[in-house]
This record gives sequence, C-alpha cells and structure tokens, in this order.
Amino acid sequence: MNIFDFITKLLAVTLAMGTSLTYATLGEVFTEKTGILNLGMEGVMLLGALTGFVTVYFTSSLALGLLVAMLCGAVLSFIHAFLCITMRANQVVSGLAITMFGSGLANYLGQRLGPASNNFNMAGMNLPTKFNDIAIPGLSKIPVFGALFDVSILTYFLYILLPLAWVFMYKTKFGLSVRAVGENPHTAAAMGIPVSLTRYVYTTIGGAFAGLGGACLSLAFTPSWNENMTGGKGWIVIALVIFSGWNPGKVVIGTLVFGGITSLQFSLQAAGLKMFIPSQFLSIAPYFITLIVLSAMTIINQSKKGSFASPAALGSSFAIDDK
Amino acid sequence: MQDTVVVQMVNITKHFPGVLANDSVNLILHKGEVLALLGENGAGKSTLMNMLVGLYRPDSGEIYVNGKLAEIHSPQNSMALGIGMIHQEFMLVGNMTVAENIVLGMKGLQLIPPLDEIKAKIRELSTRYSLSVNPDKYIQELSVGEQQRVEILKLLYRGAQILILDEPTAVLTPGESRDLNEIIKKMLAEGKSAIFITHKMDEVMEFSHTVQVLRKGKCINIVPTNTIKKIQDLANMMVGRDVLFTLDRGPYHPTGTKLEVRNLTIKLPGSNRAALENVSFRVNGGEILGIAGVAGNGQQELTEAITGLRRITSGEVLINGKNLTNHPPLDVIKNGVSHIPADRGKMGIVGDMSVGDNLAMKKYRTRELSNHLVIKKNKMRSFADRLIKVFGIKTPTRETCAKFLSGGNIQKTILAREMDNCKGILIAVYPSRGLDVGATETVRQNLIKQRDSGSAVLLVSEELEELQMVADKIAVMFEGQIMGILDVKDATTEALGLMMTGVSRRQA
Amino acid sequence: MMTFLVPVCSLIISLLLGAIVLRASGANPLKAYFAMLRGAFGSRTKFQYTIREAIPLLMCGLAVGIAFKLKFWNIGAEGQYVFGVIGITWVMQFWTWLPKGMMLPVALLMSLVFGAFWGGIPGVLKAQWKIDETLTTLMMNYIATGIAEYLYITRWKAPRGNMGTVDYPSYAWLPSFWGKIHYGVFFAIALVFILYFVMYKTRWGFELNMIGKNPRAAECQGVSIKKNIILAMLLSGAIAGLAGGIEAAAVTHSLTKGVDNGYGFTGIIIAWMGGLNPFGSILVSILMAALKTGSDALKIMKLPAAMGDVLQGLILLPLLAGSIFTDYKLLFIKKQVAVGEAKK
Repeated sequence: MNIFDFITKLLAVTLAMGTSLTYATLGEVFTEKTGILNLGMEGVMLLGALTGFVTVYFTSSLALGLLVAMLCGAVLSFIHAFLCITMRANQVVSGLAITMFGSGLANYLGQRLGPASNNFNMAGMNLPTKFNDIAIPGLSKIPVFGALFDVSILTYFLYILLPLAWVFMYKTKFGLSVRAVGENPHTAAAMGIPVSLTRYVYTTIGGAFAGLGGACLSLAFTPSWNENMTGGKGWIVIALVIFSGWNPGKVVIGTLVFGGITSLQFSLQAAGLKMFIPSQFLSIAPYFITLIVLSAMTIINQSKKGSFASPAALGSSFAIDDK
Repeated sequence: MQDTVVVQMVNITKHFPGVLANDSVNLILHKGEVLALLGENGAGKSTLMNMLVGLYRPDSGEIYVNGKLAEIHSPQNSMALGIGMIHQEFMLVGNMTVAENIVLGMKGLQLIPPLDEIKAKIRELSTRYSLSVNPDKYIQELSVGEQQRVEILKLLYRGAQILILDEPTAVLTPGESRDLNEIIKKMLAEGKSAIFITHKMDEVMEFSHTVQVLRKGKCINIVPTNTIKKIQDLANMMVGRDVLFTLDRGPYHPTGTKLEVRNLTIKLPGSNRAALENVSFRVNGGEILGIAGVAGNGQQELTEAITGLRRITSGEVLINGKNLTNHPPLDVIKNGVSHIPADRGKMGIVGDMSVGDNLAMKKYRTRELSNHLVIKKNKMRSFADRLIKVFGIKTPTRETCAKFLSGGNIQKTILAREMDNCKGILIAVYPSRGLDVGATETVRQNLIKQRDSGSAVLLVSEELEELQMVADKIAVMFEGQIMGILDVKDATTEALGLMMTGVSRRQA
Repeated sequence: MMTFLVPVCSLIISLLLGAIVLRASGANPLKAYFAMLRGAFGSRTKFQYTIREAIPLLMCGLAVGIAFKLKFWNIGAEGQYVFGVIGITWVMQFWTWLPKGMMLPVALLMSLVFGAFWGGIPGVLKAQWKIDETLTTLMMNYIATGIAEYLYITRWKAPRGNMGTVDYPSYAWLPSFWGKIHYGVFFAIALVFILYFVMYKTRWGFELNMIGKNPRAAECQGVSIKKNIILAMLLSGAIAGLAGGIEAAAVTHSLTKGVDNGYGFTGIIIAWMGGLNPFGSILVSILMAALKTGSDALKIMKLPAAMGDVLQGLILLPLLAGSIFTDYKLLFIKKQVAVGEAKK
C-alpha cells in the first residue's frame, strides 16, 4: 500500500471516529461557555452508545436510535444541571457521579436487555442496519481529500453544523447571552438574561449532543456494543474543549488531531505495518497527548488573555443573592 | 427646576432577616434635578434604589413613575419605565466589546444584531453627551473612567430618563469628576433626572440640587443643597452625632528609615506598560507616609511588591536596612512587616475559618501558639479572646466564621492580628474602604497609635481627606510613578488633585 | 444535625431509585437487595471479604481527602494506586537479593514512593504552571494502566498462565490474622488517626486548611502555596500507592489484569461522603465495600454486577442534591424564597 492510500485510509478512519468526538465536544463547548463544567461526558456518551444500539436492534430504525440516544444524553445532563444549578452542588463531584451512574447504567442495561439466547447480553449482537458511508460521485475520487466526501451522513451533517454553531455563538443575540452568562453571570442577570435557565438549556442540549456522539460510536464507527466501549473518549472531549479555546469554529482542529492519533493504531494494523511501538503504548498515546497539549495550552493561555481564555465563571455556582 | 415629579416613592418599607432596611421612606424626584441620597453604609440607600430598579420588591409602600403607579418586577421592567442604574461595581463583561455590552439582553434585539447600525447610534450618543468611547474596544482594555462612560451610554441607548448612580466618583480623579459633572448637566438639559447614592459630602455639594439624608433605614431630612452652610451639619445628620474631623496625634518626631524603596520598577508580562516605574521613597519610624491616587495607578502593585507577593523587575526593597527584594512573603513578615491588604475579604481573612483562627494566622508559627508541629489549641483560644476584647471585635463567639462579621468587624479582626505586637512597619491599603464612620474612626486612631509608638506606616488611600487627616507626608501615584511627595501642611486638595492627573512636582 | 440527616436520606432515596431500575429491568428489588445484604454480611467469611475490600477503599478515600482539603481535585488516585502496585511488583520480582525479612517492608515502601511520584507530577504541574489538575490526574490514570498492562503482558509476564506477573515470594506476603482480614487493616486505621491529627492539630494542617479555603489570604500570611500543593499531592499519591501495595501484598500477590478496579474512583466518593473527615471515611468505605461484595452476589440471581456501580452513582446523586442543605442556610422569607448566606 502506498503512502497516499495510507493517508487516505487514516483520514477516513479519523473522520469516522472524529465525528463522535466532535458532536460531544461541540455540546460541551456550549455547556462550558455558560459556565457549567460537565465531567459526566464519559457516562453520557456511553449511555448514548448503548441506548442508540438497543433502540436500533429492536426497531431497526436508525433515526429512532439517534433520537433515543440524544434524549437519554439530554436527561442525564439535565440531572447534572439540576444538581449544579438549583442544588448548588460541587460541579466536579457531580460530573463524576454522573459518569459513574451513566456508565454503570449503560453497562447494566447492556447485560439485561439482550436476547435470552445470548444470556441477556447485548455484547456481540449484530445490528440489522447501520450508518454506511455515502460517497459523493466524482468528489470522492480525489486523492487523499476524497475521503472527506465518502463519509456517513452523520459526518456530512457536521460539515453544516460546525459553521452554523460558530455563527450562533458569535453573531447572534443568543450567543451573546451565552458568552455573557459564562463570563460574568452577575452582569448578565442585571441585564435581564435568565442565567439559570440559560445554563439549564445549554447543559441539556450539550448532553443531547454527547449522547449523539456516543451513538456515533455504536451505530457507525464500530457498529456493536461492548462494555465501556467509549474507553475514556468522554475525558478526551473535556480536553478537546480546552484545546479548541471554547470556540465552536476551532473544535474541528482538535478532533482531527486526536482522532488521527487514535486511528493511527487501527490504520497501522490495516496497512499491515509492523509496529515499532508496543500496542499498549499506542493506546496510551491519546491520553498522553492530551496531557501534553493541555499543559502546553495552559501555559500559552496565561500570556494572552483574549482568544484562549476559559469562561471566567466556569465551574462556579451563581445565585442572585450571592454577595 | 421644573415642577414635574418624575419619581415618587411613598412609605417604602423593606425587611431583611434581622434588619429593617427601609422604614417608611418617602422620596420625590423632580424632572431635570439631581437628588443626592446621602447616608452611611447600611443606611438603606442602595436597598431603596434597588427597589426602584426591580432588584428587590418592597414589603409595603408604592412607587409612582410619571404620576402612574408602577409595579417594578425586574431590571427590564424598570428600564421600560425609563429608569436605569449604574452600580458601584460595573455590570460589564470584560471580554466583549463596548457595542456588545451596550445591547446585551436588550428587549427587541434582532436575532443577528446589526452591529454597524448599533455602533453608529453609539457614536451619535457619544457626541451628544460628550461621552467619548470607541464601540469596538473590549471592556478589559478600557480605563475605569471610560468603563463608567460605557455604563452611562448603556442606559442612554435604552432610553433611560432617570439615571441612578451609585458612588460614581469613588473611582474617578478630581478631573474626571468634573467631566462627569458636565455630562450630567447635558443630560439634565435634555430633561433627564438623576439620583446619586453617596456617602461623600463633597459629591453632594458639587452635583446635587437636593439632598436626602438616610440613617438606619429612616429618612432624616430633605434639604435643598444650596441652603447648606456647613458641611459639618450634613455629616452630623448622616451619623446622628458630632463627627470628628480631626484626630489627636502626637508630635512628629521621625526616627531612622525603616522602609525604603529604590527605583522600583515592575513590568507587566506581555505588554509594554510598566505597573510601577522608578518608584522611590522612604518611610521613617514614627511617621505616616500616605499614598494618594485613584485606585489602579500602581498602588496595589507597590504594596504587593513590598510584601513579597509580586515579582519586581528591577529596583530594591529595603526593610530595616535589609535588602528583601523579591523575597517570599514569609521573609517579609519575619522581618517585622504587617500588612492590612486592599481587599479584606479576598486577601485579609479566610472567610470560612473562625475568627479565632483568623486572629492566629500571623502568630501560629511562633512559640506563643505552637511548638514545632502542633498547635496549642488552648493558647490559641486565650490569644483570640484577648484580641477580641482589646480591639472590641463584635462577634457572637470566637468560633464564628469570619465571613459573617460586618465589614467593620472584619477589618477590626485584621487590624487586631496585624497590629498586635507590630514589629515596626505597617502597610495599610484602603483600610477604611466601605466602613461606617465609627469603624473608620477606629481604624484611623489605630494607625496613629502605631505611628506614635514608633512604627513606620505606609497608608494607601483613595480619600484625600483621610490622608490629610492622618498622614505626615503624602505622595501621589499616577500611572505607576510617584508624581511628588508633599508635607501634609502643603498638601492641599488642589495640589494633590493636580498631581493625580499626571502633573508632576519636584519632591518636597 | 443536617450533616447526619442528609446522608441518611440520600441513602434511602438512592435505594428507592435503584429499586426502580431493578424493577424496570425485570428484577425483584427486595430480593436483589436482600441478596446484596447477604452477599456482604451474610456469613463470617462474607463479612471478612467485605472488610478486606474496605481496606484499600478507605486508604484511597483518605488519600483523595487530603487533596480535596486543598481543593485539589485528585481524580488520579486510581493511577497512583496502580503505579504503587508497579512499584511493589518491581521489588518483589527483582530485588531477590534482599534478606527475606526486609522484602515486605522495602516493597511496601516502594509502593509508597511510586505512588508519591505519580501524584507529585500533577501536583508540580499545578503548583508551577497552574495546569488544571482534574484532567492531568485523569490522564495519568490511563497512562499508569497502560504502563502496567505493558509490563504484565510483555516485560514482566509470568512464563506460564494468564495475564500477569509471577506471584510474589510467599515469605513476603502480608499475612491475614482473622480469616480473610489481613494486617493491612491496622495500617488503614492507623492512617485515619495520623491524618486526623495532621489535619486538625498541626501547623501544616492549619496551613492546608487556609489554602483550601482562601489561597490568596494564605499567601499573604506567608504560606507557600506551591510547596504545599506539591507536598500534599506527594502524600496523597503515597497513600494511594501504599493502598495498592498493601492490596497486592495481601490479596493479589502479583500485578495482573484488573489492577485498575476502581478503588481510586470510589475513593473520591468516600472522601466526599465522609465530609473530608478521616473518621467519617471509615463508615463510608465499609458501605462502599458492602456494595461491591453485595453486587457480586447478584450474579446468582442472574443480575449484572454492574448494578453495584449504578447504586454507587445513585447514592451520590441525592447526596449532591442534599449539599444545598448542608452547605447553605435556607432562609424562607414571605413571598420570596431566598437562599441566604453560606453557612459552613
């Protein structure tokens, strides 16, 4: 296999896996932009993966599967929003609790809802249908970049969604409110913006997207279900949000880089290339890179205040009566 | 002055848990007039105005706007009625532009706000009212005076007819205050009206037509400003007793230099501006050196540099002759420096720890309160009790969390901790900020006591009268430089005001 | 009073919610709960298993608690635990030149050192460069597990058998003294007392408290934030590493697959539920251990053991909701429900 084919294959795998990461990251960008940190991403994504899979298994409807996954993601994140906003709980611990609960629930259901023939286990079952790649005639034949036009509908939708999200954040009045709420909730409240409602809305929507991201894994990327199949991607999402500077327009850079590194392992195997690096180290690579990138970004951020700074009110609770 | 009444508040009463904030207060505002609402902290002025802008609801009483009964539920409600407020802490989002801040949350804003139109309208208002501001700049790039102008523009843009300003000149130089006066006059000429919330007598005299004095929630008096003969009368009305305008102090007998700062320069990372530039001065024992200037001209950086909390780019800090430049705070403390920080809540106390713990924070390392590793709890308790008694700190118990104390008592806690056994150098930064008259007197008396006992005191303050009352010498800081140092007898308000705007003087 | 009422109510609510999940997936909640109770405490052996399980949990809870006191979110106890096991395995497998009596103490010491190292890294990153610790500690978990996997699958693999290293020499095992309960329990209890003493009675504990509640004011008083963060994380990692070492020396006797079994994560719950008070953590770790051993028993009822994880999460949720009662004083004013000043 020549180098072009290899890169094309790498790009294809990156896009497929990156789609999942991108949806979730986009959701969390909006959540964090209003000031709420949702560390429950891992649990939300896993639950989305499972519920999407189960729904498609029983109904053969991909659309329904996505819908259910989004709904479950939304509900789980709504609980997090409720705890953090109304009950003023600690956002870090709440997020961890959601991860524990969401993952636990997904794994539990995964061992309960399957067919009796497989010991009620969903693992290893085959789906009646999945998201297939759709090739755009002509464009998909371009060397290397043709891979961009031979992807599933989920990825195509992202091509539209990402620019729209950027416009929403920086050009509309809703985006203005979102940014104000996350940066200075007292001011936003004084200007008549419903801070708590805004946080509820975007945390819930963020969760819906994360659920969708999870479903992308179980319905498109590797159409199957396995316990803990998200394998830490939810945490990478958190890092990706930082990497993209909380800017929807920059999300794609991070997911391409990280998706690329993660898919490197697959692609190397597919190409039949000998691996100089032990496979365990390769599987640590995304986390290691996340660590390095995070550290680098933090140090860079500290010198410039503008484009890469986090929302000032991220992680803190807010109430009108707070002094 | 026109006869139309624009706002009338009738028998307004408001309770908060444990306190009666407003007790049947009446207020009348006429069109085209400036009403000053004068009172100490806790008198109820902010509460009253917060009800006018919909942040609180009155327990009883009515509000009439332009003759009609009004139910004001929210800031958007009050804005619809033409009433807007500029708070002491500006309601601005730092990383958004002026234009974005002005239209934030506005009713009827289009989905994609037409920024060009908005900016044009802002520029038009700017010229009309002499409020020069660049709509494209980010708030965090603006000076405090410019930010205040954005706040005013925000209200004017939304059609406010009645503007409420909360302690507006607290953050302005004398020159900027005069500019504000011009702006207000232009607004009044167009038929707008204003209410100033203040505790400063000079603000009252300079800006208002009528002054209404509140004390402990009740309205004490309403007088036309031009009938006030002596400021002393105003002060007495505000406090309810005779207010001290001079303090007893011992003769001025400075001993050797205890604190010296030479050519202190601090450059800010990532910018060409220097927070401090070549600052030099000396403070002798038995002397109070005051640092005047509007907050934000380097005072914070200066005191942080001396106490080891901030890195110095070049220059020296000498404490009792020892060079302690860039040494950590612990060294500075061990060499006898006590520090009353600018932000008492954020830097002075640990709010979630008890009063007793807070009192012990300076001495917990010493033999008095601990041995090697372990803290002697009973010694700590008796230490705390003694300090509470000596300094008159009002607290339910010594175990009460410090954050529940009133501002004045928190400051007393800090004073007690820092002044008890002060080893010769005291740095006090805005020590009477936000305190009522009684607490302020205590602070000033303690500063003088320290000075009389031989300590060198560096006092940073925004209030020129405080410095004129307490200091032996006054230095003025402007944009990180010392503009001049005057003996207190030469430090008239005019002389100081001039230096505060950047006109430098040779050192006295 | 609230600090007692809230956890109890949360427990009840979580059991109710768990019952709903069980019901919805076709199981009988009462039967399931009883099975869990029997599985945890039903016999002397089972009780011993539960206590044995509580030991590493308690230690991880204590480890995390130290960091939390400083408001340092150490999510990495899992990785520090694993790295501790790597440390003890290294000694046990390769330092065979040690006299027999020294093997166990030195090995345990090494687990402590390795754990401290793993915890110190994120500590330094935060102290020196302000790099947020939530993600760094988390990533270190995965890296540690990856390194461990590499070691027990390739480099240190036992020649025969499944995934793992050779067993430790039997003379260096940490022995049991009552059925399944080993001497590690004394380490754990001693640690509770030591940490309580350190946090509440020493100068260092006073400083840590200051940093956690207002780092800026602490700095003004001469407390070195950087030094203390690093020290606290070294200690935190050390205890988590020691937890791994003790568990390996007493129970697993090797480094194998499954070394990352969630003790670190559960430790977070324990630290938090125990109110950051070392003594509170004892009770909570027994509860969490019971959940674990109890849910193993569910397999007999053909129910997934993942139910234990579900319940764990479910306990936290009402507890978090309840934090509004323990952290704040609710003031009810006529026609205005206002949440008043923070109480604690």
